[in-house]
Amino acid sequence: MDSAAIATPQTHHADKHSFDTRIIWRTFWILTAITIFELAMAILYYETDFLPKHILNGVFLIMTLAKAFFIIAEFMHLGHEIKNLVMTTAIPCLLFLWFVIAFVSDGASFRHLRNQYDRYELEQSKTPVHKTEQHPEAKKPGVE
Amino acid sequence: MAQAVPAGQKWWSGGKSPFHVEYGKLMMWYFLMSDAFTFGALLISYGTIRMSSNSWPNPNEVFKTFPIVGEMPVPLAFVSLMTFILIASSVTMVLAVGAGHNQDRKTVMKYLFFTIIGGLAFLSCQAWEWTHLHMEGAWWGRNPFMNIDGTQSSTNFTNFFFTITGFHGFHVFSGVIVNTIMLIMTWRGVFDRKGHYLMIEKAGLYWHFVDLVWVFVFTCFYLL
Repeated sequence: MDSAAIATPQTHHADKHSFDTRIIWRTFWILTAITIFELAMAILYYETDFLPKHILNGVFLIMTLAKAFFIIAEFMHLGHEIKNLVMTTAIPCLLFLWFVIAFVSDGASFRHLRNQYDRYELEQSKTPVHKTEQHPEAKKPGVE
Repeated sequence: MAQAVPAGQKWWSGGKSPFHVEYGKLMMWYFLMSDAFTFGALLISYGTIRMSSNSWPNPNEVFKTFPIVGEMPVPLAFVSLMTFILIASSVTMVLAVGAGHNQDRKTVMKYLFFTIIGGLAFLSCQAWEWTHLHMEGAWWGRNPFMNIDGTQSSTNFTNFFFTITGFHGFHVFSGVIVNTIMLIMTWRGVFDRKGHYLMIEKAGLYWHFVDLVWVFVFTCFYLL
């Protein structure tokens, strides 16, 4: 608590001007607009299949990263901190690049191998079931 | 974008705070980074399992209900409303932090109150969504939905859905508790006596992080 009091004079007055309500509301509208755009794309795809799904997924991921950027930079105010602090949080997060690529490609590889060597599983996963048929365990608990 | 500092400033030679923030705020950033990896691990394991499946349920089919309108399908509308609520409550939180910078007790209390209302609204929406899915037969270990190509779906879909949205909802719940404590402390004038409102800033960081995670949960479960 004492350290907070000591830090206050420097940290506090220096960036007072950067809490600009105009920028906050602009960020809010950007985030809302991106969300509405994503929703519109998802519904349009649902109704018309206007784009291949993997291209649409790429669009969604870019939109998500854009939203994340605005939240971190403006709402969490990281864009207004000094470079040392930005780097000390941003650089460890680069691990996510490896994390996502390694694990998702591992999943894809597993599917490929299983489809190749477990023909029974492949056949099962290609056989449609009737819509009305309920999963045996899908009943509500307590309802007979 | 980075804050302007005099060129050639020797940050590491002692006597200065190299990150130019208070200790607690820096630690909050590191906590959030570790929490990001926790959520990252959950979401990436979901991605791995989904990539290893030949097919997966269609979110537009699963999440198409809205309270009041009954059976009319409105894909993703409800979850978009939840997203909007969380973004709006993030805005009121920033406004509270901004008011704290100006030592404006009344305004801080007003915006903290709105933020808490937003958090409670989000939790209520999630409670409705979970209840509805549960009534349709979905729960951990039970999946009533078909894959998008009409084949039998595994329970991976519901297991991941309830675990990850549940973990996120628990974060929202903790955030509401923290914000309520902040509101009471502000009301009792604790921060005025301290002379600064840095605690509000730390609570704000946590609250925005919850919003940030939801952006990724929204994409992973409802859009992809």
